[in-house]
Amino acid sequence: MSSTSVITASVLYSLLFLISQRNTKSNEYGTGPIVRTAIPKDVRPAGSQFPQNPLAKRKGSTLERKVKFLFGLDRGFSSRSKLMSSTSSSKMAPLVADKHSRYILMAEKKKESFESVVMDHLRMNGAYWGLTTLDLLEKLGSVSEDEVVSWLMTCQHESGGFAGNTGHDPHILYTLSAVQILALFDKLNILDVEKVSTYVAGLQNENGSFSGDMWGEIDTRFSYIAIYCLSILKCLGKINVEKAVDYIMSCKNLDGGFGCTPGGESHAGQIFCCVGALAITGNLHRVDKDVLGWWLCERQKECGGLNGRPEKDPDVCYSWWVLSSLIMIDRVHWIDKAKLVKFILACQDLDNGGISDRPNDAVDIFHTYFGVAGLSLLEYPGVKAIDPAYALPVDVINRIIFTK
Amino acid sequence: MDLDATVPLSERAEWSDVVPLTQNDGPNPVVQIAYKEEFRETMDYFRAIYSSDERSPRALRLTEEALRLNSGNYTVWHFRRLVLEALNQDLYEELKFIERIAQDNSKNYQLWHHRRWVAEKLGPDVAGKELDFTRRVLSLDAKHYHAWSHRQWALRALGGWETELDYCHKLLEADVFNNSAWNQRYYVITRSPSLGGLEAMRESEVSYTVKAILANPENESSWSYLKALYKDDTKSCISDPSVSSVCLSVLSRTDCFHRFALSTLLDLLCEGLRPTNEHRDSVKALATEEADTNLANLVCTILGRVDPIRANYWAWRKTKITVAM
Repeated sequence: MSSTSVITASVLYSLLFLISQRNTKSNEYGTGPIVRTAIPKDVRPAGSQFPQNPLAKRKGSTLERKVKFLFGLDRGFSSRSKLMSSTSSSKMAPLVADKHSRYILMAEKKKESFESVVMDHLRMNGAYWGLTTLDLLEKLGSVSEDEVVSWLMTCQHESGGFAGNTGHDPHILYTLSAVQILALFDKLNILDVEKVSTYVAGLQNENGSFSGDMWGEIDTRFSYIAIYCLSILKCLGKINVEKAVDYIMSCKNLDGGFGCTPGGESHAGQIFCCVGALAITGNLHRVDKDVLGWWLCERQKECGGLNGRPEKDPDVCYSWWVLSSLIMIDRVHWIDKAKLVKFILACQDLDNGGISDRPNDAVDIFHTYFGVAGLSLLEYPGVKAIDPAYALPVDVINRIIFTK
Repeated sequence: MDLDATVPLSERAEWSDVVPLTQNDGPNPVVQIAYKEEFRETMDYFRAIYSSDERSPRALRLTEEALRLNSGNYTVWHFRRLVLEALNQDLYEELKFIERIAQDNSKNYQLWHHRRWVAEKLGPDVAGKELDFTRRVLSLDAKHYHAWSHRQWALRALGGWETELDYCHKLLEADVFNNSAWNQRYYVITRSPSLGGLEAMRESEVSYTVKAILANPENESSWSYLKALYKDDTKSCISDPSVSSVCLSVLSRTDCFHRFALSTLLDLLCEGLRPTNEHRDSVKALATEEADTNLANLVCTILGRVDPIRANYWAWRKTKITVAM
């Protein structure tokens, strides 16, 4: 369970939606036009109000300029045009773990970077992605723990909540990332648990849902975050767990999936959050595992990658959210794992390190984390085991569960 | 519009009394950042007014500049709300501001939450505006998750259900594969106060969905929707001739995507549908395998072949077949 990824997910979702809906003009493998099963024109029944033109229906969204705005960069549609050869070679390439570690460490230190600046307010999430990836690749020791922890503590507010960076307001998203980072470094003991848990518990609403902060945005992501956070701090009793679970169940759709609020479209990210929360609270029996399992395994496209909703493009980060959900409900054997491994590996930048959303796109820390985490769930050699519900290395979670 | 907008803040007379606060990354910053100059300066001035809690008109304008540079910065949105309240600003103007920001980048939670906060304060009067706003966003990206989420909230909180089903239809005419539009359709028929609920709408919706399926049998959403129309009522599902016959129609076509028709037929068989000879014949025509006397078994075998990426799933489905046919 990647509660961290949930938290970061909220920010990530901004990126995620942008990135996942990128108009790549490429098929699922990153080359060539998207081709749907061809249907002969004479098959259309008379009087149909639904014009039949499969290719015309395959519209992507025009997010390229939005992504450019967010990062102030050209996001790689043109910049990686050595693509064809790198795609075919990267299909065969193994995980270039050292390059990914170096990419993350460099990103942390990069002087330039409008990207860094734009992500300033969510540095706590970025730190979680980067540090967890490093730990999965056994490179956490390359980072100065003291520097990270002392910066992290400057982000805590009077209320007990943590902000995305120094000088920002507290939010449940960054509070969880902070707790997760401390867990990675085995430094949870420096926390005033009472303070943090009171902040988180205070965000529960009458109907069991959780707000992100004092401004009241409600989303099942926050349910997951709150439950995760309090479970790690061993004070789940501070919230009304039954109501929290009931609210999550009210967001269950007939396809077995979950949305952000009741009636919201099933989405892999939200599903991960809800299933994760149900897993942590011992309520997985309330999931329609067979129905949801089928919806989740339907996310796998021919190229092996997974999308987040029907008719969307595959994306490495969805691979995490779908995969971890499948594992939590014991249905991961319903996808083709080998093909998914190949897809993730094909999303690597073999020269500079880092992983992108799909082959031949520009890399970023978010997708690097999800790619490596996904490979961990797929038991790729050389990557530490990650807990599918807590999205932290299994040894970190075990350390927490087996102490006190 | 601030005429000084392109002039650095440090050179604007209006800001001459303010000492900008630089980003304090701590004594040994984990990340040293060389900020783009305009961004850096704007945020330095923002930090100054944020820390002195200045809730003035110029503070409001500054938050606008900061949000134009980075609409993801949630602290700026928070502070803007405090300033809006303190100044008792015209929130109708704020709706326009939000839309201007959305034109550059509408994919962030903060913007949508801010919009909701404003709309909530303005109340049912702005129901139309919220539906119009989301419609404009959806016209650029018909699957925009935030926009749909906001639209659902607006319908619940402010009203405007009357034209929603028609709106869904227009979106589906443009792209019948739009899963969000199908989801919204379901939302409307189950929650609209003026439609009578799922059972009342079932017949017309089944008819609508069948047409969509026949036009594009490879559309996962329409098949999913068809099943959802029979929520918790499998008996009605298997006894509705429309459902079994749409499977048959699709399966009888050559050169057609059969997978969803096959899996839907499988579901019906497992729920107790008695297959007709036509069902059997159409399935056998698709089989390259030896004919199985158990039709459901045969369907699973075919599915395992035509959908190899999910071979394990279809093998598991086979083990679940208990009906003798």
